[in-house]
Amino acid sequence: MQTSVSIRDLSLSFGNTRILDKLNLDIEQGEFIVLLGPSGCGKSTLLNCIAGLLDIDDGEIHISGRNVTWAEPKDRGIGMVFQSYALYPQMTVEKNLSFGLRVAGFGKAEIQERVQRASEILQIQPLLKRKPVELSGGQRQRVAIGRALVRDVDVFLFDEPLSNLDAKLRSDLRVEIKRLHRKLKNTMVYVTHDQIEALTLANRIAIMKEGEIQQLANPHTIYHKPVNLYVAGFIGSPSMNFLQGAIQHESGANDPLFVTDSGLRIPLAGYPFAEAPDAGLPAVLGVRPEHINIADDNRPLPFQQQVEIDIVEPMGSETLVWTQIAGQTITFSCDSDVLVEPGQTVTIGFDPVRASVFDRESTLRL
Amino acid sequence: MTQTIVQPEATAPLDRVLSGPRGPRKQQITMARIGIYGFLIIAALFFLTPLWVMLVTSLKTLPEIREGGNLFYWPREITFEPWVQAWSSACTGRDCRGLQPGFINSVKITAVATVVSILIAAINGYALSFWRYRYANLVFGILVFGAFVPYQVVIYPLVVAMREMGIFGTFPSIVIVHTIFGMPILTLLYRNFFSSLPPELFKAGRVDGAGFWQIFFRIMVPMAVPITVVAVILQLTGIWNDFLFGTIFAGRAHMPMTVQLNNIVQTTTGIREYNVHMAATMLTAAVPLAVYFISGKWFVRGIAAGAVKG
Repeated sequence: MQTSVSIRDLSLSFGNTRILDKLNLDIEQGEFIVLLGPSGCGKSTLLNCIAGLLDIDDGEIHISGRNVTWAEPKDRGIGMVFQSYALYPQMTVEKNLSFGLRVAGFGKAEIQERVQRASEILQIQPLLKRKPVELSGGQRQRVAIGRALVRDVDVFLFDEPLSNLDAKLRSDLRVEIKRLHRKLKNTMVYVTHDQIEALTLANRIAIMKEGEIQQLANPHTIYHKPVNLYVAGFIGSPSMNFLQGAIQHESGANDPLFVTDSGLRIPLAGYPFAEAPDAGLPAVLGVRPEHINIADDNRPLPFQQQVEIDIVEPMGSETLVWTQIAGQTITFSCDSDVLVEPGQTVTIGFDPVRASVFDRESTLRL
Repeated sequence: MTQTIVQPEATAPLDRVLSGPRGPRKQQITMARIGIYGFLIIAALFFLTPLWVMLVTSLKTLPEIREGGNLFYWPREITFEPWVQAWSSACTGRDCRGLQPGFINSVKITAVATVVSILIAAINGYALSFWRYRYANLVFGILVFGAFVPYQVVIYPLVVAMREMGIFGTFPSIVIVHTIFGMPILTLLYRNFFSSLPPELFKAGRVDGAGFWQIFFRIMVPMAVPITVVAVILQLTGIWNDFLFGTIFAGRAHMPMTVQLNNIVQTTTGIREYNVHMAATMLTAAVPLAVYFISGKWFVRGIAAGAVKG
């Protein structure tokens, strides 16, 4: 299958700051890729480079099989949606949608037809005669998407399109973007710092840090098998618990053990190591709060431990509990119907198969 | 498992528990407030006094003025003759056509110079804030520096330059001079305005395929109306009130109203017609005054229009 967007050795500096350094990325036809990372990680910069809004220092960009490294934004076959909507305030919705087409010199009938089709897909026909100031945030973002839609492009670029909306509207439009992708089957590149958006929308997520892609994988893999400590800590809310310790081998047993710094032994039976780790290797054990449960006598967990509850945070759908294991603070979540109190002692446990073990030195997954 | 349920505290009775203030605070007239208003009124009177003297003097007959009555008194009999004279028959040297030709010249100079300077400054500001070409910061630095150069330093070189170009004392020369001297402040105005717009608007224009001029005329100019109002007011009043450049560069054929007014007032033959002078001065000042009165609200709105969100 031909790639839709290919980026080869892309480098970009602002002054002396290297933003992107020899970055490579291949995006399949019709794929929904989310670039996820904290602010300043270079994700928006990368998107602007793909769009041609920033001149790059080195590398190549191919879109739909054409080398567009030196092409103007309009000649790249892309449409872009911005965080601040960037609607032309003095034009009506209709004029906003058709601006690109009018600049390109399309005929009246063609423009009419395309605007009609886009506004049908986005259900904004009643708004066509209005100006942007008369629209709500969600409507404005729809129009902004429509502006990309009318141009009939191969690749859609979204630059944090939902960040300016309130939580309710955000989740509504999120579903709508997903629906749009199912319908149009275009390639979409979507920049966000919101991991929920990334996990819900993406076919694959590229997690970025300091201009480098840390992991490029589907949401399930990103969540369950993070490649390094950074990805593990970034994805998931509440974030993953990390226990400091080392790998030990027990004589007679096949599976290695994780021994915390204070000496607590956690068996790693069934943990899918990439390759058998050396004994004594300093390591970090990562367990998601939602993978730790209060022990149930009927279904014992491979690792169990008695702990004293420190703080309880009810969150409505679940309750987040703060406690300590082997002298290190951890959190776990439990059903909000389970009543727990600070000071109470409970037995909690988890299955190490669902945990992640990282090399403390290289921070990579073992 | 111990479960303590916190009972809500007994609700307060609906009638008031304590005496004391309730509801919106009362407006009080304090000494400070009286002081402020007193000062403002006195200041306003102070600045209005000359206007009053000019007005009443311009409506008095010459004999009444020469009698030496009180400067502030209302005229015994009102005459509009000085206004008519000032407009159409007051003499500057042998030329006895009043202020009329000066008015027309001023209108021409102000209109052309305002439009030209604002157009160039808007393009400057737009290019400086969005296109970030090489040396853009240097260009901007030089322009801002230009705002601090005293006029007198540049006048002689300008005169020489105009002479060498063969346009000294012509209509283009006065327009060019006003354009040059308006450029730093106007560019600054437009650059700051365009910088306050979301840069995505410009990016969206580029993705839509618009070039330098299309983005400028179809997206930016319609958005720049508030700041353009400010620029027009600044230039209009500035150029209209200008005397120095008008004297030096405009030449006899395009002498602006201010220069003509000066010539009328300075004419030394015969008796000094104070009433005509006052009327002429007020006629000359009428245009900027009208601009301020009509556009005051717009001016404030334009200055305040920093963040225009789309």
